[in-house]
Amino acid sequence: MSVWSSLVGSVVEAAQELRIHRTRVLLSLIGVAVAVCAISSVVGLGAIAEQAMREQNEKNGGRAATLYASAYSSDGAVLDMVDVSAAFDAAATRYSIDYTSRNAYAQQSVQYADGTSVVDTTLVDIDYGTMHRVDVTEGSWFTDLDTRRLAPALVINSTVYQRLGSPDLSTHPTLQLNADTDVVGVIVGVTHRAYEEGYESMYILADAYTAVASPEALSQVSPNYELWVPEDASAELVPLLQRDIASALGEGVQVDVNRQDYGAYGEQDFFGPIRLLVGGVAALVLLLGALGLVNISLVTVRQRVREIGIRRSFGATAGRVFFAVMMESVVATLVAGVFGVAAAVAIVQNPTVQGWIGQGGITDTPAFPLDAAVLGLLAATAVGALAGLLPALVAVRVRVIDAIRF
Amino acid sequence: MRAVTTSILRLDGVTRTVELPDGAALDILRGVDLEVSVGDHVSIVGRSGSGKTTLLNLLGLLDKPTSGSIYFDGVSTDSLSSRSRDRTRGRHVGFIFQQFNLLAGRTALENVVTPLLYASGKQFWRREKLALEMLDRVGLGHRARSMPETLSGGEQQRVAIARALVRGPRLILADEPTGALDIETGATVMALLDDVAEQSGAALITITHDINVAALARRHYRLDRGVLSALAELGGAALGAAPGIASVVSPPAALLPSSAPKELAR
Ligand SMILES: Nc1ncnc2c1ncn2[C@@H]1O[C@H](COP(=O)(O)OP(=O)(O)OP(=O)(O)O)[C@@H](O)[C@H]1O
Ligand SMILES: [Mg+2]
Repeated sequence: MSVWSSLVGSVVEAAQELRIHRTRVLLSLIGVAVAVCAISSVVGLGAIAEQAMREQNEKNGGRAATLYASAYSSDGAVLDMVDVSAAFDAAATRYSIDYTSRNAYAQQSVQYADGTSVVDTTLVDIDYGTMHRVDVTEGSWFTDLDTRRLAPALVINSTVYQRLGSPDLSTHPTLQLNADTDVVGVIVGVTHRAYEEGYESMYILADAYTAVASPEALSQVSPNYELWVPEDASAELVPLLQRDIASALGEGVQVDVNRQDYGAYGEQDFFGPIRLLVGGVAALVLLLGALGLVNISLVTVRQRVREIGIRRSFGATAGRVFFAVMMESVVATLVAGVFGVAAAVAIVQNPTVQGWIGQGGITDTPAFPLDAAVLGLLAATAVGALAGLLPALVAVRVRVIDAIRF
Repeated sequence: MRAVTTSILRLDGVTRTVELPDGAALDILRGVDLEVSVGDHVSIVGRSGSGKTTLLNLLGLLDKPTSGSIYFDGVSTDSLSSRSRDRTRGRHVGFIFQQFNLLAGRTALENVVTPLLYASGKQFWRREKLALEMLDRVGLGHRARSMPETLSGGEQQRVAIARALVRGPRLILADEPTGALDIETGATVMALLDDVAEQSGAALITITHDINVAALARRHYRLDRGVLSALAELGGAALGAAPGIASVVSPPAALLPSSAPKELAR
């Protein structure tokens, strides 16, 4: 007999068997489906949580791999921001690095209608928005147009925005940057981050800042530079960039280039413990489902002794009977597994659940991970095979002549 | 009697002994010799408990003799693995049982398809078509999708006949095929079985209590307490029934052996 026809034949038999015992089988399979759903959901939600974690890390440290270059003079003299930027840019161009941005901090006092305040200000270039996945909820991130403005463009956070009375951005609201500069900035965008509640911060283009800031304020700013490079090239690029920038800036200037994104510290699996817990519970549920299935299959096999005898008398070998009973169990759990995985997909892709797991911070929602689906189906199949083993052994031991004796 | 042409099955001094729970040995069959050829139709009659079913199980390779040999197509089955015994049975033997033994919950068609599930090649892949043709031949093509529970006894046995014949076996073993049917239906079913078996060229061995059923066979045997003997002529004595019933063709009611009402009542 060919392998193919016995395989198909066994599936046909199994399907018939399941059709006949569908109610009972269905009940025991609900457990399996639920467990498979749990397992797949855990893996799927884990992927979302990881993505959320990753995006959060990227907002802070930049995407993988982000190199951080800083320069300072050995004797404490103030470096010229323009010179340093030129050296950085030249190096980036040499190695065809497309995404670069300065990243420096300044304390900027601003004048509100109801008083002054010091705002943490980040000096950036346009690429910074992409490199750090900056979410702009109102207006937009800096564009090329903003580099040509006379008044510096600002992207402020929601706290600053609220203090301004949440003006409509299309009316080009301004913010008075006083004390140091006496300059007015134009607000082009607003960012919102839950954890920045009550804390004032904003972004300004580095060039705009150098143009309007007082020399004294500028001397406080240490020029740092970020480069977004391919991950596998990062290790190689670090010493090259360091060497090139250092030689461009000449003697007496110390240049440091480091990788600073989360990848540099090794990936942390914050979701690990939860995954273990839910995975453990799911495994338990799966086991219980399997036990129920074993129980039901054993009962049905005992009832089917006669039927097995009849099949044997029409040429079914012992191996075939074993395989058919096994197949029943596997076909059943596999079907349950498919439902379980489908339910898991529905859960994981549900926007509410995603918002809850991702803490509202996901821009690139990952697709339902294939390994979650595969894992669910594999678990279902394994449980089916395990649950089918005992009844299949019972079925094989049926003595044909006793089974059909009447 | 037919001249022996191609032997399908030969029993040589076959005995079957079982051990009873109390440790005593029970000899069910004692030194049975039998040869069955292509196209043969053999009847075996005997009282209840005489060992008929035990013999049939041996003939169908469902059981192994305690001593003696069974040759299938001239090859001794003693040394065959259980797997090749199963295969041989599937390919060459068709069973028909007293209680029909149709698979519950499967349609008539699915029942007839069952033996083909263990076949390969064309027989496997064209199983539905072959099964439908076979159902047509027993006159039940229009009931292919019916469940056995909804069929009458005679119809169920016709489905069973279709199932026994669908793989084109060379040996058909029928254990009291009319035992659960009324006399008339039994006669119709038996005529059909005889006809279909003859057309397919298969050998048919029928175990029966019913003289009318036995009368359809061309060779007759009697099994008495495990001893098989050929009967030159079929008569009431063959069954060890009450004396006075001796002719082959008599009114059916009068022909029922003493044990028959009990059989029917079951
Ligand atoms: N496995 C077994 N263990 C013990 N006794 C057995 C076994 N198989 C058969 N027997 C006995 O052997 C005898 C013959 O049994 P068998 O079933 O062959 O009879 P039978 O001729 O088919 O009877 P019936 O016409 O009632 O079907 C019976 O007495 C039965 O109890
Ligand atoms: Mg019997």
